[in-house]
Amino acid sequence: MNVSRSLLGLFLLASGPVAAQGFAGLGTEAEGFAVPTQGHQLSFPRDHGAHSDFRIEWWYLTANLKDEKGTDYGIQWTLFRSALAPGEAPGWQSPQVWMGHAGLTSASEHFSAERLARGGIGQAGVNTRPFEAWVDDWAMVGTSDLSQLSITAKGEGFSYNLEAEAVGPLVLQGEQGYSVKSPDGQASYYYSQPNYRMEGTLTLPSGPVTVSGNGWLDREWSSQPLSEEQSGWDWFSLRFDSGDKLMGFVLRGQDGVEDFRSGTWISATGKVSPLKPGTFQAVPLKWVEVAKRQVPVLWQVDLPERKVSVKVRALNPQSWMNVSFAYWEGPVTVSGSHSGTGYLEMTGYQPTDP
Amino acid sequence: MTGPALLALMSHWRQHWFQLGALVIGLAMATSLWVAVQAINTQARASYALAEGFLQKFDQQVLIASDGDLLTSDYVALRRMGWALSPVLEGRIRFGDQSIELIGIDLLTARPIAGFTSQGAEVDPGTFLTTMIRSPGGLILHPQTAAQLATLPPDLKIRHSTEVPPGHAFGDISTVSRLLSEPDKLTRMMYLGQEKPTATQRASLPSHIIFAAKDSAQITPRTLTDSFHLNLTAFGILSFVVGLFIVQGTIGLAMEQRRGLFRTLRCLGVPLRHLLFTLLTEIAVIALISSCIGLILGYFLASSLLPGVSATLSGLYGVEINNGLALRVSWVLSGLAMTLLGAGIASSHAFVTLWKLPILQGTSTQARGQHILRNFGTWARAGTGLLAAGLVFKMTLQGLVGGFALLGCVMLAAALLLPYCLSRILIFGQRQTDHPLAQWLWSDARAQLPGLSLALMALMLALATNIGVGTMVSSFRLTFGTWLDQRLASELYATTHDDTQGAELQRWLEARDIRVLPIRSKVLQQNYGQITIYGVRDDATYRDNWPMLASVPQVWDLLSEGKGILVSEQLAHRQDLSPGDEIPLPAGWPSRVLGIYADYGNPHGQAIVSMSQLLSNAPDAPNQRFGLRLPAEQVPILINEIQVKFDLDRENITEQEKIKTASRRVFEQTFQVTDSLKLLTLGVASFAMFISLATLWNQRMPQLGPVWAMGVSRKTLAMIDILRSLLMAGLTALLALPLGLFLSWSLLVVINTEAFGWRLPVHLFPLDWLWLAALSLMAALLAALLPAWRLFRLTPSALLKVFSSER
Repeated sequence: MNVSRSLLGLFLLASGPVAAQGFAGLGTEAEGFAVPTQGHQLSFPRDHGAHSDFRIEWWYLTANLKDEKGTDYGIQWTLFRSALAPGEAPGWQSPQVWMGHAGLTSASEHFSAERLARGGIGQAGVNTRPFEAWVDDWAMVGTSDLSQLSITAKGEGFSYNLEAEAVGPLVLQGEQGYSVKSPDGQASYYYSQPNYRMEGTLTLPSGPVTVSGNGWLDREWSSQPLSEEQSGWDWFSLRFDSGDKLMGFVLRGQDGVEDFRSGTWISATGKVSPLKPGTFQAVPLKWVEVAKRQVPVLWQVDLPERKVSVKVRALNPQSWMNVSFAYWEGPVTVSGSHSGTGYLEMTGYQPTDP
Repeated sequence: MTGPALLALMSHWRQHWFQLGALVIGLAMATSLWVAVQAINTQARASYALAEGFLQKFDQQVLIASDGDLLTSDYVALRRMGWALSPVLEGRIRFGDQSIELIGIDLLTARPIAGFTSQGAEVDPGTFLTTMIRSPGGLILHPQTAAQLATLPPDLKIRHSTEVPPGHAFGDISTVSRLLSEPDKLTRMMYLGQEKPTATQRASLPSHIIFAAKDSAQITPRTLTDSFHLNLTAFGILSFVVGLFIVQGTIGLAMEQRRGLFRTLRCLGVPLRHLLFTLLTEIAVIALISSCIGLILGYFLASSLLPGVSATLSGLYGVEINNGLALRVSWVLSGLAMTLLGAGIASSHAFVTLWKLPILQGTSTQARGQHILRNFGTWARAGTGLLAAGLVFKMTLQGLVGGFALLGCVMLAAALLLPYCLSRILIFGQRQTDHPLAQWLWSDARAQLPGLSLALMALMLALATNIGVGTMVSSFRLTFGTWLDQRLASELYATTHDDTQGAELQRWLEARDIRVLPIRSKVLQQNYGQITIYGVRDDATYRDNWPMLASVPQVWDLLSEGKGILVSEQLAHRQDLSPGDEIPLPAGWPSRVLGIYADYGNPHGQAIVSMSQLLSNAPDAPNQRFGLRLPAEQVPILINEIQVKFDLDRENITEQEKIKTASRRVFEQTFQVTDSLKLLTLGVASFAMFISLATLWNQRMPQLGPVWAMGVSRKTLAMIDILRSLLMAGLTALLALPLGLFLSWSLLVVINTEAFGWRLPVHLFPLDWLWLAALSLMAALLAALLPAWRLFRLTPSALLKVFSSER
């Protein structure tokens, strides 16, 4: 779930953190863009592709991986689409802008890379038959039902080549993929594939590593899912050893506005239950300095209705995505009432020393 | 003691305000022209540095198409192979009657550009980028460029930035490709990698794309215009030197005249050191005041010359500079320093003399004169040495610098040789006559030579410069005029909206039996620079008119058979090509050089192949411009018909004459600047002569007294005075002629070829020389008039005083 990530999409062109409402006023008005409607039926493979009438969209894959010795790794592969105006136009006139982010994390190292591209010229895009999402030489290609994917990306000091195979069905978030994001009724279209078996090769400065593990793909598109009073977010996708999965997030309010907390419980059997607003709780326990700011890297996460009370610990506290709009994103380990792995994303933490 | 001594010394100037004026004006004039030239050069260089620094970001390490077009699809294919690149699309666009260079970059992938994202503090970078990328987009240009452009597409968001070089506009590639109607093409791709691509990476490039690191061989505004600025500097130095001649003469005289005063002061107990120090202070103060005046004059001179200079630079070199003259510390300080130093040098001789003279030595005009007369031989030897040095420089130093070194040495040598030559001529003249008065005239002229020699040197340098530069300009005018007639042989030139209309127009015209000469071309980016290749039909127009400088036999037959290429003189010079050589071009183009033709005023390389060769190599070359051959009287009717039939604006159909006028205008600006500088130097030189004659006046008395006493009337004496002055000026002008001719030759043949890449035939204009000679005689007459008038009005008692006693 990535309500929060929409912010990231909208910050696409900014070269540094800017207040949410400050960016071209995009947080408030749809300006001719399409908006998600309740009761709309998602249709595949069409909806695996791009929706150029919507302002923002992403293909977001994270994976927790282990090598043969049991060493933990995490990877991120993301393609963002941001439209400066609704619709498509040929060549350079296209209003579509694409951004790729790739990350690779181990307990001691973290790599990040970014690719920016114009729509309309073929430098980046998404095709559905067969499925192909790409920016420059990064790609996520596979079958049109997303059951098989090959993922590649590379950046300064790292690269990866991974195969993903879905071992469960797609999960439509919210109400058949219509996902309400705030008390004001802002919403997005949102579905996930949280059940990938992954294997492949990571290439680090020390050499190639053969890995395997689990992946989670999020697909979301919308036009105005923002609230103006939010300073950032903390987003958790946790995969418990029991087979259950929890996605939860906190949109941190500012200026006296309350945090907005929500999420989804996906049982081992594949049953999807949206969380009641406010039931998901996440409290920072330990802060460290990351890129000149204080960032929480150990969390207490509770979901009383499912008897979840766990500590979520960053595999590498310095999982800083050093890209145009920088944020924290990295693999986590879960211990407590449940154990497992997952991914954590945190944005909007300002430098402590301005 | 200092106070009274200083007062006593200063009182001299109160009595001789004219001398003071000459000193101040001389120094101020020297400073002003020097400062003006420095100001212009500094300004232009700052503009170049800005442009280079700015443009370098876009063409430092690039991938270009060595053959054919570079397409957006090439860019995408390479990006998808993992190449870190960012596209650039450039082109010229007309807004109203101004054309500017449009540079489009992909704001998403280009490296951050200083002054681009920080544009205007009122918008945040995100909003800025969004407005630039989102249709209709925006352009960033220099405020000066914006002011020159009358019309701009109204929907574009226009931002001003002084960081964008004048004459350029920047925008996102989406905006620029729309404005240029080039949806698919790119000019080049910036290479963004930290390290140069490896050989393996380069080998992976498609065959028509090459990696090109910017090397020093590439032409930048700076190298292009170096010669122009060297020219300006030469003028500045020349007038500075002439100005110093004035100063030296005046200071020398003031010292001479105050020798009695010095003696008195010394007798009263003023130590020599003290006296010298006081005199030095006096000179320094005068120099400081004069140089301030000179600075102010120079500033105004520079601002009045700058528009002409900038028009020249943009017309001749395609380089835009900032028109607003900025007061810069560098040239203000250098101007002040030059003047103080100059005054120091100019007065050093006087001080050394003073230092060496015995304490009780009185005024003696003869001593000084004789002293200098003996020096003529030494000067002449120094001059000869300089000549030799000049030749050595020419042989050892390459290119432009060598040329200018030779020029400088020869000019200075000639100046040093002048007094010696003049004195020989005067001795010769004296021997030719028996008449006592005539004999006296010759020998008196010789006696005056020491005092006048510096002024005459100045006059000769100014005259030679005038002849040299005048010959260059006139030769160029003549050659350029003929060349224009040859190049623009078609009676009418038409430009259509697109290729389809072009083809229609061509069919329509040919049906009416009008000879159509399509003007189609293809621009190639070679590692030795940009080259535009034109295709020509086999037509008598070219055979009869084309300004060929050198060619193989049957050049046009071979060309029409596609067996070779014609190259412009600049290109030939740069690549050292002669007919028969091979020019490196992409595969498919004919490379054998069949001929070399003149292409004045074009900084870029140009070449010509047959139309079929052009079309087989560049089938998409635009077909929109045409030269039409038809009887002149039918031109107005045809213009009307074309306009009506093809809905073309009047500006798309141009008569030959209009283009010629526009082309000539480019050069007229250059000539205007040169003309002003010529006149200024001549003016300074004439003033120097006037000052010398006027200040010599007091020393003349001992020579005139006896002659008058022997019965020569004051009127005759005055006449003789004028005659002598004319004689000296005339002789100098005569001697200046060969020097001027040498200068013309070096400018036209050596400097011009190095500077522009084209060589001009030397045309001689004897009438201009006569005019110059007349001008210098006039200056001499004017200069001599005041002393003559004073002589004529002299009371007999004053002349009698000569015999009374020594002071």
